[in-house]
Amino acid sequence: MDTAEVQRPALLRTADELEAPPLSLASLAWKRFRRHKMALFGSAMLIFLFLYSFGGMAFFSEAYANHNDLSILLRPPSPEHPFGTDQIGRDILARTIYGGQISLLIGITAMLVETVVGILVGAVAGYFGGLLDSILMRFTEALLTVPQILLLLVIAKFFTDPSRRIPDLNILGRTLSGSVIIIVVIIGLTSWMYLARIVRAQFLSLKEQEFVLAARATGTPRWQIIFRHILPNCIAPITVSATLAVGNAILTEAYISFLGLGVQEPTATWGSMLQRAMAFHIMENAPWMWFFPSLFILLTVLSINFVGDGLRDALDPRSRAV
Amino acid sequence: MLCPYLPLPAMPEPGHQMGRYIIRRLLQAIPQLFIISIVIFALLYTTVDPIAAMTGDRGKPRPETRKRLERKYGLDQPWFVQYVYWLVGNDWLMIDLDLDGVPETPGPRKGILRGDFGLSVKGPRPALEPIGEALPNTLLLMGTAEAVILGFALLIGVYSALRQYSIFDHFVTAFSFIGYSMPIFFIALFSLYVFSVLLRLLPSPARPLRTTEDFLLALILPVVSISFSSLAGYSRYVRSAMLEVLNQDYIRTARSKGLPRPMITFVHALKNASLPLVTLVGLDLPMLLGGAVVTETIFAWPGMGQLFIKSLGEDPAVVMAILMLIAVAVVIFQLLTDLTYAWLDPRIRYR
Repeated sequence: MDTAEVQRPALLRTADELEAPPLSLASLAWKRFRRHKMALFGSAMLIFLFLYSFGGMAFFSEAYANHNDLSILLRPPSPEHPFGTDQIGRDILARTIYGGQISLLIGITAMLVETVVGILVGAVAGYFGGLLDSILMRFTEALLTVPQILLLLVIAKFFTDPSRRIPDLNILGRTLSGSVIIIVVIIGLTSWMYLARIVRAQFLSLKEQEFVLAARATGTPRWQIIFRHILPNCIAPITVSATLAVGNAILTEAYISFLGLGVQEPTATWGSMLQRAMAFHIMENAPWMWFFPSLFILLTVLSINFVGDGLRDALDPRSRAV
Repeated sequence: MLCPYLPLPAMPEPGHQMGRYIIRRLLQAIPQLFIISIVIFALLYTTVDPIAAMTGDRGKPRPETRKRLERKYGLDQPWFVQYVYWLVGNDWLMIDLDLDGVPETPGPRKGILRGDFGLSVKGPRPALEPIGEALPNTLLLMGTAEAVILGFALLIGVYSALRQYSIFDHFVTAFSFIGYSMPIFFIALFSLYVFSVLLRLLPSPARPLRTTEDFLLALILPVVSISFSSLAGYSRYVRSAMLEVLNQDYIRTARSKGLPRPMITFVHALKNASLPLVTLVGLDLPMLLGGAVVTETIFAWPGMGQLFIKSLGEDPAVVMAILMLIAVAVVIFQLLTDLTYAWLDPRIRYR
């Protein structure tokens, strides 16, 4: 029998043997994440919301969600229409299902745009430094001096001009308002600044380390050093920031849609369903019209924030707790 | 932190140091404002039409009059020349208005650097006038909201830090997550529905604001809505700052020498724990100038946010002026925040 396999009493084991086998970042993070009750609740809630918006298609057709029946205007919730009907007689339950799909998709795609731009700007500024860094960072700071919502409203208004309208899209047999694309891109392009700063700070310290020197010494191309060697080390803060970005994008879309400059009819989002809620007679007489879409937005953003908080704790490299 | 065995480096005179610091920061702000002014101009210059602003509702001017006015205001120039005119005006140029080859008329524009933001379509009058009317209302709303937020955040934050992991603390944690995730239109519509429609305690926002009493009553719900979402973040901030301070040695010293508890909590600990709040408030305040777009729209509060929404697409001169003024306010507040912080906390020195 090999001596290494013999179990020695704990007191005689060396320090190496006492340590648990190293866990990969993912399994370590999952171990910590599991203990964060709120984060687990948030994940479950998000799964439910995805099932609701995408599974709901099995019960209601999109044609039904867009079908207006003028004989049932502004009906309060009833067994037939559990969330009531809106000002042109559409079923609000069905619309929250199809609106949810678009809202969630906008959240995720806007996050992707934001993350790609944020990483590119942050990585280039942090890695190359010098004049390029100064220019990029002054630009980042400049964009931070105007509230995001105001900048968004200006750009959204710019694109409501009929000459600049993007035509409706046809994806998988469904018609999607072209405004969805605009909203995604402009939300992404007005919110990358914080991520860029985080990535830049990480790059500034990481590029001084030995493994980068070694990579350079062996003649690794620059883009490989940046994306293969340094970037994977920033994955923790990027993941947290990207998670929270989904929630922020959904919230932002809701704000501009609420103000009437977001996604246009007939495509519904949770935000655009609120567009008419501001009319006082609807706010007053048909609270179900704004209550249910708002509730879905709140639940989604809340769950995403819980998950983001859990990820932050789970991915914190300074934390040694398992 | 400095090593206690090393002699402290000789400090230059604080006044001299600070003056240089302020100048350096102001110089840094110039490129920042320059870039944002280009962004704002690029987004909006195509929509600015001072001629429409001047003629107002009196209909379109004749084509030749229009051409002449375009030359006068520099609208026939390429965009980068127009940007320069917008920035520094064109009154230092002679323009050939009657096309006889001899430039004879000085330009009428002064440029935003000299406070000329162009003409508002409504009136027509200088774009700064409607802003001047809306600003006090926004300041009133924001000042009240910020005071409410600070007061409650300090109370809640200190209490939950003193009773860490109690039921109250857990409740506050959950509550702050909800508050942080709450879309402001939800809390605004909800509170409006409950207090104004169901309970009939407060007037509806559709009512015109005539007397001071109207104004004060109309102020309640927007303040509640704004406070609700910001309070969450602020009280978390106070809580964690307070927890950090309470674990420090000087607090233990104060306890061991038998100082009364309230004195330790509110004088020794809170003084240091509230320092980070200065940063938070300083950076939030200028953003709130325009950030209350949704709240002001729902409650029909005649402030900057509503002015912005109403001017969007109709009155670009006003929109550009609001954006530029907010950018300037943000830069100034950033500087003021840093100076206040350094003044309150002598451990920080200007670099």
